[in-house]
Amino acid sequence: MFELFRKKENLRDRAFMILTLLCAFLPLAAAVGFLILLGGNSAEAFRTFGFGFLVSTQWDPVQELYGALPAISGTLLTTVIALGIAAPLGFITALFLVNAPEWLGHPLSQALDLLAAIPSIIYGMWGLFVLAPVMQDYIQPFLADTLRLGKLPFVGEDYNGFGFLTAGLILALMVLPYICAVMRDVFRMTPGPLREAAYGIGCTSWEVASDIVLRYGLRGILGAVFIGLGRALGETMAVLFVIGGIAELPDSLFGSGTTIAATLANNFNEADGLLRSVLFALGLILMLLSLSVQAAAQLYLRNMDRKRGEK
Amino acid sequence: MRETDDCIRRPVFFRKLLNAVMWLLSAAGVALAVFCMLWILWSVIRNGAGVIGLDFLFCGSKPPGEPDNGVGNAILGTVFITLTAVVIGVPAAFAGGVGLAIYGQNSRIGNLIRFSVNVMMGLPSILAGVFVYALLVVTTGHRSGFAGSLSLAIILFPVVMRTTEDMILMVPAAVHESSLALGMTRARSVLCIVCRSIKGGLATGILLAVARTAGETAPLLFTALWSDAWPWHYFTQPTANLPVLINEYTTNSPSEEMHAMGWGAAFLITITLLLMNLALRFICREKKHA
Repeated sequence: MFELFRKKENLRDRAFMILTLLCAFLPLAAAVGFLILLGGNSAEAFRTFGFGFLVSTQWDPVQELYGALPAISGTLLTTVIALGIAAPLGFITALFLVNAPEWLGHPLSQALDLLAAIPSIIYGMWGLFVLAPVMQDYIQPFLADTLRLGKLPFVGEDYNGFGFLTAGLILALMVLPYICAVMRDVFRMTPGPLREAAYGIGCTSWEVASDIVLRYGLRGILGAVFIGLGRALGETMAVLFVIGGIAELPDSLFGSGTTIAATLANNFNEADGLLRSVLFALGLILMLLSLSVQAAAQLYLRNMDRKRGEK
Repeated sequence: MRETDDCIRRPVFFRKLLNAVMWLLSAAGVALAVFCMLWILWSVIRNGAGVIGLDFLFCGSKPPGEPDNGVGNAILGTVFITLTAVVIGVPAAFAGGVGLAIYGQNSRIGNLIRFSVNVMMGLPSILAGVFVYALLVVTTGHRSGFAGSLSLAIILFPVVMRTTEDMILMVPAAVHESSLALGMTRARSVLCIVCRSIKGGLATGILLAVARTAGETAPLLFTALWSDAWPWHYFTQPTANLPVLINEYTTNSPSEEMHAMGWGAAFLITITLLLMNLALRFICREKKHA
């Protein structure tokens, strides 16, 4: 009888193992499924336009001529603006939060983390109704006319509150909590003796941050930047409202354009036939971009874990 | 060598000045970020709080201009969609996390799975919508609330799985091993001993993931879409939900009344999610201190 009980338990244990492992394989299966479905559905677009699709700037629904370059370059431009702001900002905010006394640093860290809890549609709405008018009335006139940046190429003197710069600013605010959180970890990871030694020979706290912590945790910081990059690449709602939604190559910071995600959101519901296939192809491109960014982030952050493990 | 020379040549005054400037900059950076957060919250509260009322909460949405306009159907739809996503996603993701934590250490397959979990976590959420569209909407021929739930479940899955694995790995191996030594099977040991010791943190992590997913809009655009009806045909028809309602009311509607309704809905969703977030963090912190 005891033997019987044992057998039953063993059977249950085997079932438990199979069940949990099956569930563990689901994300891998989903990732492969994404690639297969997106690839299969975008075949028509690639057959029609060939790989010229990637570099064509046309977007003409009447003649059914489509190119991906405006959306791709818009995506890259907003991402670059967002990261250009959020990465240094994340670094110095993390620096402050780690060095600040507990009673100040803790609530402020929590407040920053709350930025990540606000849904992206709220960012979009805020961008459309609050930030865009402020950009139009104060910030863009200041940048273009007062600082005379409007004369520079690629900035432009025409502004209406919308466009790449506004979208980039909102994205920067959205990815800031993610970048800042990883950077705080990186700062805390730097061995105490290393930092204390630097203080001991008379370094200022900025020198400790830039010469010791930054170099020690460089890979972790790059990982943080890639995490932010991945978030910014595919963000839809926050960008959709302020980007303008025109399928043209970006010609200036204040100009309107589109991103891959915004193109999908704007057109997918009404699309069929070739256009739908084109949109799937854009989705595939976005997936591959995001995959490579995530792979890079994992590479950097995994090495960081290994370093932490040695400690 | 060159760097030491460089250090000697830097005058102390300049170094202290740079330090002070950088300290000021970093304080300003924090202030700016917190200010923006408060600015967003304040805009939502100022524009949205006044709209909230009984009609707003309990009446269904209607075309602009009609009386008794509300978002009751969208609230109910969001609850349906989110709860179903939790039912589909969370148990399986929990099981997956347990499996990965116990059988997937130091194995090549385990690392591959871990990599794919991280990739899926960073995947743009709109792609989940596109994927479910191709998988479910094209094959069944109609958009539905259930399709929306499925896309949210896909987003929820890797987050919950990763949280579960991280939490289980935080439990000392000795706890697991000593229960095995007492003759427990692995399944029993994990579920009754290991997971019991972390159930608070696990619940917090999972609820935080659910809170983040509940506000997602992009994956619902092509799947659940949106409608003025009450969500009684959840499995077969487009289903009302708050995020897409906000999207519709702000972008596709010129009328001020609709914008105000959109802000009201934004207020509801933001305040609910923030309060949930704060409460969870508070509870979690209390536990740690005790």
